Amino acid sequence: MDALLTPACCVALAAITAVEAKLYIAGIVALVSGLVVVMHRNSVIGALFLVLNLLSVAVMFALLDAYFMAVLQVLIYAGAIVVLIIFVLMLLNVGREPRGGPGLGVRLMALLLGLAMVFALVRAVRSFTPGSEDGGVLTEGYGTVSQLGEALFNQYFYPFEVVSLALVAAMAGAVLLAKRYLED
Amino acid sequence: MGVVIAALTKVLLVALVLPLAVSIMTWVERRGSGIIQMRLGPNRVGPFGVLQPVADGIQFFFKEDIVSPFVHKPTYLMAPAVAMMAAFIAFAVIPFGGTLTLTSGQQVKLVIADFDAGVLFLLAASSVGVYGVIMAGWSSNNKYAQLGGLRSSSQMISYELSFGLAVIAVAVLAGSLRPIAIVEAQAASWWYVVYMPVGALVLLISGFAETNRLPFDLPEAESELVAGYHTEYSSMKFALFFMAEYINMITSAALLVTLYLGGYSVPAFVSSSLGLEGNWLTFAQLIVFVLKVSFFMWLFVWVRWTLPRFRFDQLLQIGWKALIPLGFLNVIWAAVLVWLGWV
Repeated sequence: MDALLTPACCVALAAITAVEAKLYIAGIVALVSGLVVVMHRNSVIGALFLVLNLLSVAVMFALLDAYFMAVLQVLIYAGAIVVLIIFVLMLLNVGREPRGGPGLGVRLMALLLGLAMVFALVRAVRSFTPGSEDGGVLTEGYGTVSQLGEALFNQYFYPFEVVSLALVAAMAGAVLLAKRYLED
Repeated sequence: MGVVIAALTKVLLVALVLPLAVSIMTWVERRGSGIIQMRLGPNRVGPFGVLQPVADGIQFFFKEDIVSPFVHKPTYLMAPAVAMMAAFIAFAVIPFGGTLTLTSGQQVKLVIADFDAGVLFLLAASSVGVYGVIMAGWSSNNKYAQLGGLRSSSQMISYELSFGLAVIAVAVLAGSLRPIAIVEAQAASWWYVVYMPVGALVLLISGFAETNRLPFDLPEAESELVAGYHTEYSSMKFALFFMAEYINMITSAALLVTLYLGGYSVPAFVSSSLGLEGNWLTFAQLIVFVLKVSFFMWLFVWVRWTLPRFRFDQLLQIGWKALIPLGFLNVIWAAVLVWLGWV
């Protein structure tokens, strides 16, 4: 530990509020568990850490007073989607991934795609101006089911319907692909 | 400060009462199965065998705790805790009575967590509970346990849908997902089972499947899978799974009572004719709630010892081809009721 760093670190610690501290903790848990998801060689363990990752994101939603979003995050992602992922992993009996891994081409491609993702994320974060709309004050009923529902079915009605249509199309496509060989 | 103490007292009370109810249920289950099968059941420990749960508890504590050398240890050790934790958390949003007024004038709502998306919170917590079963099944490194875990995950995913649909219909009628608001809406009109008997039936059957109770206890079907996902568990670790299952039954019965059978509400003509008000009314509500939940707990026992087990494909067929369409019809019916202004 560098002695020069200590005062600055203390000032920084004093400046953050309790909610921010909890947000940081949840964020660190989310990041670490996310890393385990990609790096662990056992895919079932990876999927279980994905649950931890999703739960910590739900905690962040709850800390930001978006209780409905937090509950949905747990109910849909942790409670249904990851269960399905683990179901498939267990059904196919996917064991430990062998050492060595993919070839140079795949690695280069992954690197490029990863860099593109980082670029997009950095751009998105830099273009975001926090608390500019209403000075960071929560409106009455913020994060409740009724407010989210009203926003979804009035302001964002068309995007919402388009997304649901796309999901139905994807599902129908998956069923068609799975059933293709059964009929002949 | 008073608020914190009240909240802690409620949490402690529920955390004590639920395991107590579980131990009573094990006695009811064994004596009830005795009655149904025309035999006595455990009757040696204490009068009518009521001390049998105590004997069982002591036995669980002193059994050898075997951890097979082939298990994936961290997951194996965490699984019972996950199952138990999810079971306890789910009960937090169930209101078990009205408002209690303390001598200091402080009003205490008889529910641990009263918030906007309460019913969904219960669904979320119970859907996390499936990880206890999956982790146990996978980490045991045993084909029976693994098959049990697989069955459980597909079963829970399937029945969560119909479970959710039955809940949504209630939300449509009550206009809220807050359990207390749903109970009060029913107290102001009729119990929702009168408007939507199909929804109540869907919720009841899905409740049986979600709690892995017979006739849907395929994850632990002993004739095919030894004991399913908890084959490798012994001693208190097994007891934790056992308790989690019974607490899930209590929660599921309490949810059905809250959503479709008026919850803790005492009919207005009863409370006025008996002159119940204030804390006496709250006390009566608590008793009414416990009685309603007890009825469904008995129903769980009754069904378990009466019906044979389904085959696994039959179980999935019932879920996807019967309960989900019925659930959707029920949601549409609820919307029609609201549109016609009958509720």
